[in-house]
Amino acid sequence: MNLYGIRAIYHFEMARTFRTLAESIAAPVLTTSLYFIVFGKAIGSRLGDIDSVSYGAFIIPGLVMLNLLNESIANASFGIYMPKWSGTIYELLSAPVSWIEVLIGYVGAAATKSVVLGLLIMGTARLFVPYEIAHPGWMIAFLLLTAVTFSLFGFIIGLWADNFQKLQVVPMLVVTPLTFLGGAFYSITMLPPLWQKITLFNPVVYLISGFRWSFYGVADVHIAMSIGMICGFLMLCLAYVGWVFKTGYKIRN
Amino acid sequence: MNTHNPVPILSVRGVNKIYAGGFRALNNINLDIQRGEIFALLGPNGAGKTTLISLICGIVKASSGTVIADGHDIVRDYRAARATIGLVPQELHTDSFESVWATVKFSRGLYGKAPDAAYLENVLRALSLWDKRKAKIMTLSGGMKRRVLIAKALAHEPTILFLDEPSAGVDVELRHAMWRMVRELRAQGTTIILTTHYIEEAEDMADRIGVINQGELIVVEDKSVLMRKLGKKQLSLTLRQPLSRIPTELNAWPLTLSGDGHTLIYRFDAQAEESGIAALLRTLNEHGIDFKDLRSSESSLEDIFVGLVHQSKQELT
Repeated sequence: MNLYGIRAIYHFEMARTFRTLAESIAAPVLTTSLYFIVFGKAIGSRLGDIDSVSYGAFIIPGLVMLNLLNESIANASFGIYMPKWSGTIYELLSAPVSWIEVLIGYVGAAATKSVVLGLLIMGTARLFVPYEIAHPGWMIAFLLLTAVTFSLFGFIIGLWADNFQKLQVVPMLVVTPLTFLGGAFYSITMLPPLWQKITLFNPVVYLISGFRWSFYGVADVHIAMSIGMICGFLMLCLAYVGWVFKTGYKIRN
Repeated sequence: MNTHNPVPILSVRGVNKIYAGGFRALNNINLDIQRGEIFALLGPNGAGKTTLISLICGIVKASSGTVIADGHDIVRDYRAARATIGLVPQELHTDSFESVWATVKFSRGLYGKAPDAAYLENVLRALSLWDKRKAKIMTLSGGMKRRVLIAKALAHEPTILFLDEPSAGVDVELRHAMWRMVRELRAQGTTIILTTHYIEEAEDMADRIGVINQGELIVVEDKSVLMRKLGKKQLSLTLRQPLSRIPTELNAWPLTLSGDGHTLIYRFDAQAEESGIAALLRTLNEHGIDFKDLRSSESSLEDIFVGLVHQSKQELT
């Protein structure tokens, strides 16, 4: 295995984050702080508890997940799209590095950034809302699994996209709406029965529910279902990337 | 350099490239590159030069055929094969927001080499980039960016270096500096394969020449042999009195007369034992055709190249 190659890609990507700290870290943390101020403090103080959890604390897992999904996708898709756009992908294609190694470098860096951001948001939330984490091990597991899976998904988007618009279209038109409708700000039990059933087709419901369970021990769907869904999506992404690497689709003529 | 080394450092056998749309970019390419030589690949735009280089470097998949780089199959043993190859692409593809040092360091790591700051410093110094190591690539001139690409290609100490039109868009001074560097690399044992539109540079630099046209390698020859085999010489005689036509007594010689009738041009085979010049001059004297000046010249590599490509086109049509 070309460990130096993996390290080179990983460091290169991480260096990009440190170069753009304001956009990469400060902006999402500030935006999320505003959510806590508006929904957690101003509006949340007038709302009752949900499943014995204060509204301000209830939205923390959802907000972390919202950022985790968006940032994982954005980091990984941008990471692999930039060499395609600038033409420097010739170096990746001609280097003695396998696509698994390329994947580990890019997805590893994107997932690292997302996890760091997620932890920062949790730390920021603690300034506004008191909360405890019931299952810290599971919380970390969900954080890592989600970051890796959606970084992988972002990597696929970056491979597929052939312009900057396409790079934005999936996060903006698919992921963000699914996250907002996936129980980030409410429990799905608050929905009418028909919408409760429909909403179960939204995969993000399982992620938020599982992540929230790791915090407060309460969930909209069974924890096993949440773990199964995230692992299933991870497998699906891996299978797709495997096919891409095998055929060279959109990367090698 | 030993051009008769029985084990080529690069061996291309029966390589074809047909794109999905059916366009045949390369047609049964067979080519051996000897260790330590400078090989110039010439061809008009769209001839297949970059496709061939991209295929050897792993950027493009071959439809059929094999390529062995320094003893390693580029598909089955791609890691070892690619580790021996450095590529300077035709286009100035750079990480604009990165520093020179960061991008060169990245290239070395990507190719699986342990960090070696001293080696990279030597590369940057040799390319006059050391003072610019902290500069962002976007702030550099085109020529400097070209040097950065060369530094990146050399960062992992390749034994085979591909230079795809390295002097395109580079000023004369920098171009000469670049060719000095190419000679130094060759002296250190690096095998160099280059494509260029500056044929006089290929003439000046290369040990062997390959000409590719419409995906076919139409000639591969030692440069001096190629020029001797296909080169033509010509003798131009400036006449004292202009002629209106070539006298019939001179029909035995392949002569042409300039438009103003002042210059008689005699073309002859550079390889022939007897040029026929002495006999021509005697005949001119016998018929009272006097000249005040004579000048001989031989065809350049460019003339030969144009002739080969033209001939190849005619054969294909």
